[in-house]
Amino acid sequence: MTSSGPWKMESQRAYFAKALIELGRRNPDVVVVGADTTESIKTIDFGKVFPERLFQLGIAEPNMISVAAGLAAAGKIAFAATYSVFGSAHTYNIIRQNVAYTNLNVKIFCSHAGLSVGPDGATHQMNEDIGIMRGLPRMTVLVPADGPQTAKCVDAAAAWAGPVYCRFSRTNVPTLTTMDDDFEIGRATVLRDGSDVTLVGCGLMVSRCLQAAEILGKEGVDAQVLNLATVKPLDEAAILKAARETGAIVTAEEHTIVHGIGAAIASVVVRDRPVPVGYVGVQDVFGESGEADELLQKYGLTAEKIVEQAQDVLKRIAN
Amino acid sequence: MANISEETIAALKRKATILRRHIVRMTHNVQSGHPGGSMSACDLVTALYFHVLRVDPKNPTWPDRDRFVLSKGHACPVWYAALAERGFFPVDELMTFRKLNSRLQGHPEVGTTPGVENAAGAEGQGLSFSVGLSLAARMDHTAWRVYCLMGDGEQDVGQTWEAAMAAAKYGLDNLTAIIDRNGIQQEGRTEDIMPLEPLQNKWEAFNWHVLTIDGHDFRQILAAIEEAQRTKGRPTVIIARTVKGKGVSFMENKIKYHGAATTDEELHMALSELEVHS
Repeated sequence: MTSSGPWKMESQRAYFAKALIELGRRNPDVVVVGADTTESIKTIDFGKVFPERLFQLGIAEPNMISVAAGLAAAGKIAFAATYSVFGSAHTYNIIRQNVAYTNLNVKIFCSHAGLSVGPDGATHQMNEDIGIMRGLPRMTVLVPADGPQTAKCVDAAAAWAGPVYCRFSRTNVPTLTTMDDDFEIGRATVLRDGSDVTLVGCGLMVSRCLQAAEILGKEGVDAQVLNLATVKPLDEAAILKAARETGAIVTAEEHTIVHGIGAAIASVVVRDRPVPVGYVGVQDVFGESGEADELLQKYGLTAEKIVEQAQDVLKRIAN
Repeated sequence: MANISEETIAALKRKATILRRHIVRMTHNVQSGHPGGSMSACDLVTALYFHVLRVDPKNPTWPDRDRFVLSKGHACPVWYAALAERGFFPVDELMTFRKLNSRLQGHPEVGTTPGVENAAGAEGQGLSFSVGLSLAARMDHTAWRVYCLMGDGEQDVGQTWEAAMAAAKYGLDNLTAIIDRNGIQQEGRTEDIMPLEPLQNKWEAFNWHVLTIDGHDFRQILAAIEEAQRTKGRPTVIIARTVKGKGVSFMENKIKYHGAATTDEELHMALSELEVHS
């Protein structure tokens, strides 16, 4: 783990595709379903190695999810992969009935989460998937911070009994972890120790938390950074430890603040260890076209905003 | 035509009457549920569970069993009645249907009811689920087959046709779909709510092998299933023309009994019409 930049920028999809092929080699029960996005999300690479184990089902995501469920009901580990807006929102009730309620080994891996989809605009910028998926009983929700963690999520999801939803970015993201780092579903990891405030991030916001911690350090604020790669089951122990030891929390997510990780963390903190919490994320709005970095800047998903929120929660403690 | 003895046909008819009695009593007991579509599908389900399906009530998750998928989940009374009569769980348990803490949920739940293969309730997902099962069976070179029972109301659902395309694309000849074509859905006649005809042509255009039969004639049902088993290279759909509420004169073809139970008096009348001859 490298705690400060400059970081190598890498594709989470590339790590995803490679890990899926390696998993497929080890486990003949792994199958993949796609919905006319297999080239973009790179599951087509799995199909080149295992042509009889990739099922191209066209622009028909509800069918794709139920087919994955049927495959899983017959003993397969079915990976359903597409863009997050299609793999969560368009298919929500299918996932609910055929995957979560039925408790099947369907692993939904979605790229193109959040604003950083870029020029495709608001229709493709899925800022609500973490919320709807964490509300589903039996669903496990993963948000890997970078490429290596995305690869780790593939293996962990396959080994995990039951449904999994994993979301990541279209844009290249800073590589913060290595393939040698441990990864465990349900465990948040401390990327930087600190005693004044805890910055909890997921996905591409984790690197921004690290940048914010650097900036805060120069101002004499000692910030801890937590990588919340599992949103559900939530690592309540790690969050409460952070609340206890630092007394203030800022959450950062490429997702609406209405029902994302900020809301999940706040509900635990308020119940067991009330401390001030600040939220960085998409406000209750839709996105728009633009380059990924421009959008993250415009919608306030920046290290500077995390710094601002940290200063704000510290001010609230002082008062 | 399948070579089926008179005795076999008589036994199936008798069993179907027993299942219809259960359906009427279960829904009356809890004063809710969907008797009409359970009774229209009753002969189809009876033919499957008491003549066609290779299943083991003592081992409901036997890996080599045939899979029966009930896409029209609201018709679960007929499924539960068939499973109980087939020995998957005690017949007495049928009267817990839709009650608190029961294994017999208002719509099918996997893992709770022995023998139930799929969750259903939200319409139009069962055929897709069956496509997944069929693909897995073919990958594993297994002999088990998949039978998916759909309602005609489910032909409104877009996902049904997504699944139809996928099954045809992969030439799933281990998959047999059956449509309970009773002509009535929750709010009225299918042709008024959302016209389906010409339904046979639609399925033919989707590259399925299509058979249209009388869904209350056991010889026709068994012959169609046999033909489906023999058909190679593409899936078969059996459009079974049925009567909603079949078996009880005052319930037949009545929209009301899609989702309404009988009164005490109606129950008495219904059971007197559903006499089991030994």
